[in-house]
Amino acid sequence: MKQLKPVDVVIAGGGWTGLLMAKEIATRTSLTVAVLERGPARKMADYAAGMDELDYNVRLRLMQNITEETVTHRHSVRGDAVPVRQYGSFQPGTGVGGAGEHWGGVSYRYEPDHFTLATHLREKHGAARLPENLAVQDWGVTYDELESDYWRAEQLIGVGGKAGNLRGKIVEGGNIFEAPRSHEYPNPPHKSNYLMTAFHKGAIDLGYHPYPVPAATLTRTYRNPDGVTRAGCVYCGFCNRYGCMIGAKAQPSNTLLPVLASRKNFELRPGCWVRRVIHRGGKAEGVSYTDAAGEEFLQPASIVVLSSWTLNNARLLLLSGAGERYDPATGKGTLGKNLTHQVCAGLQMFFDKPLNSFMGAGGMGEAIGDFEGEGKLDAGMLRGGGFRTQSSGDGPIASFGRIPPGEAKANWGAEWKKSSLRWYDRMGSVMFEGDHLAYRHNYMDLDPTYTDKFGDPLLRMTLDWTDHERLQERFAMRIQMGLAKAMGARPGGMLRGVGKRYSVTYYQSSHVQGGVIMGASPETSVVNPWLQHWRVPNLWVLGGSTFPQSGWGNPTLSALALTCRAADALINRYLKRPGGLA
Amino acid sequence: MKRREFITIPAASLGGLLLFTLDRKPLRAQTRDGSVRVPLKFFTEAEARIVTAAAERILPGDESGPGATEAGVIIYIDRQLAGPYGRDKNRYTKGPFVESVPEHGYQGRATPREIYREGLRGLGDFPALAPALQNEKLRAIEKTPFFALLRTHTIEGFLCDPMHGGNAGLIGWQLVGYPGPLMSYRDEIDKNPGLPWRRKPVSLSQVLGRPVKGWEEE
Repeated sequence: MKQLKPVDVVIAGGGWTGLLMAKEIATRTSLTVAVLERGPARKMADYAAGMDELDYNVRLRLMQNITEETVTHRHSVRGDAVPVRQYGSFQPGTGVGGAGEHWGGVSYRYEPDHFTLATHLREKHGAARLPENLAVQDWGVTYDELESDYWRAEQLIGVGGKAGNLRGKIVEGGNIFEAPRSHEYPNPPHKSNYLMTAFHKGAIDLGYHPYPVPAATLTRTYRNPDGVTRAGCVYCGFCNRYGCMIGAKAQPSNTLLPVLASRKNFELRPGCWVRRVIHRGGKAEGVSYTDAAGEEFLQPASIVVLSSWTLNNARLLLLSGAGERYDPATGKGTLGKNLTHQVCAGLQMFFDKPLNSFMGAGGMGEAIGDFEGEGKLDAGMLRGGGFRTQSSGDGPIASFGRIPPGEAKANWGAEWKKSSLRWYDRMGSVMFEGDHLAYRHNYMDLDPTYTDKFGDPLLRMTLDWTDHERLQERFAMRIQMGLAKAMGARPGGMLRGVGKRYSVTYYQSSHVQGGVIMGASPETSVVNPWLQHWRVPNLWVLGGSTFPQSGWGNPTLSALALTCRAADALINRYLKRPGGLA
Repeated sequence: MKRREFITIPAASLGGLLLFTLDRKPLRAQTRDGSVRVPLKFFTEAEARIVTAAAERILPGDESGPGATEAGVIIYIDRQLAGPYGRDKNRYTKGPFVESVPEHGYQGRATPREIYREGLRGLGDFPALAPALQNEKLRAIEKTPFFALLRTHTIEGFLCDPMHGGNAGLIGWQLVGYPGPLMSYRDEIDKNPGLPWRRKPVSLSQVLGRPVKGWEEE
């Protein structure tokens, strides 16, 4: 293994959180920062030629190469796991910018009680009435402490939306259920199309409170506090699973790299696959990695930051033996615990009129806040979720064949084709995105059988739904049926959904969380409230892997806000006095 | 070296021939009677005839509009199977291969190429059958992984960008009313509520004014 010249900070993973941490450190200090990214370099100029549904939406060209590495899954500790052989329930990105290049730009904040969920549920329901194996935890940070970082993150990426609660004052037209925010959104919401207008009207008729979905697909030309200017969205419809050809959708490549490019103390190395964190006696000494040519390197560093995708952060720490492995039988150990996904269930809605659904943008949509987190839920439900309709751009391959149930006997042939043409571009959907509570039996460890391209063990997910998620799904379906009818649409089949058992065969969301969770105590969490490893103080972990449980909303904005907070702690406190901050 | 195989498609049944041959000149040679001889990259000619006939049953050309044959779906499928996708480069293929529950999806060892080869053997002299008998034969294999792939690939080949070999002359996009990957709907996005916004479709290479290659060709 070739030993390289030391750097001050080495960052494993060049996505949103890793490059944001790099930007903060490289612009505010003189420390040298090296970001190692296993995937290729990416740039805006490549994305226009990527406006191809087959290669990007079907073959998933921006995702990690699944032949090289995947995860395994089993439903319970009884039995062996099998590999996820093709992408299904989630889609991890790769390359510079990571999943931040292909994301949809939906930019929610979590509500205050989500950050203190364990305390909140105990106080509200009494510990005796909560499911026995519930493992939700407090985050060790409160909404109020994080509010200014949410605002920083919103300005960084230029979120467009409408505030519903400005410093405690309720504002009609925004999400009146949201927590108080100190500022109006940096940009106005997206314009409204036919589908969104119908949703808005239907929701009001039912007594709900609709608001425009907050989105980081710019609604106008915008210059962020770093001086980076991006163009407004042109609604080409190539958004989720694509990179933006004009940079209207906030991506690390168009938001962070322009700032970093001119920094002499910053270095980005694509094609470098981090294999281990090297540590000794409670101190990280650097990382080992393999480059695209297959050569192995040791990169010494004074500070190590892990910012790869959720599942890989946990895997790297497990492979490196950094932390105490979680044991679901005893509840002891912290590394790998609290694996959560998200409870996603949608209803197809068929309209008499065409929707022009090939136009659109990630995050362009309307939502209702009435059941976010809580609200008037069914008996036995601890948490609800958000409902929204979205026009993020539908390609013809994905759209063809969406017909109301019972319209054709088979899903091929003349009758089916005729019906598919009759209903083409007539389908919208209302999606439910609910909190996925953490349970003791859902966790990650290393698979004893299957390996990646280097022969290293794959990460094993042990994960299944419980009655609570099935309650959420049933509840969602009822609300969605009501919304569809109020919109004058014909309800169709179910999209995504929980089902009897967790399935890796269809897309749910790429919002997988946990494994390296944050918290107020080293007994119950791997990293402290500043995302610093409890036992290895010069090791920091960023992103969804640190969330103790999933919220109902999309996690990216929260990951960015927590990274801002971690960067402040690292720069303002840790550098002055290296050691544990908590 | 393997003998080069061709499939001959009557030009009358291939949609929008002009656009298509402009796009794909090196791949196609027009014969004197107007039919097109397409070199095959994966299938034998006999296999290609079966796939063509089966895809036509899935998406038949009829009074509702053109079907799989006219869109050149066979060319799309042939090229996908010849490329990395056919060789299973979009799947984790390390063993052991074990049977599992349906929630874990297809766990088999066979690649898309092998699934096709095996599935086609089961269809026998499919092209010689009358359409009703062809339908019957497909109904019998509806639940197989082979049929699932064939159905999915037929839709993809009908509606993909022509750079991938299907959607000849943008015939699929014309039929459904998809305008192609246009660069901006900034002035349209909040207009035309409930009304169709339709244009004569254009391919990605026409939009960009330069050739674009599909992943299968890299």
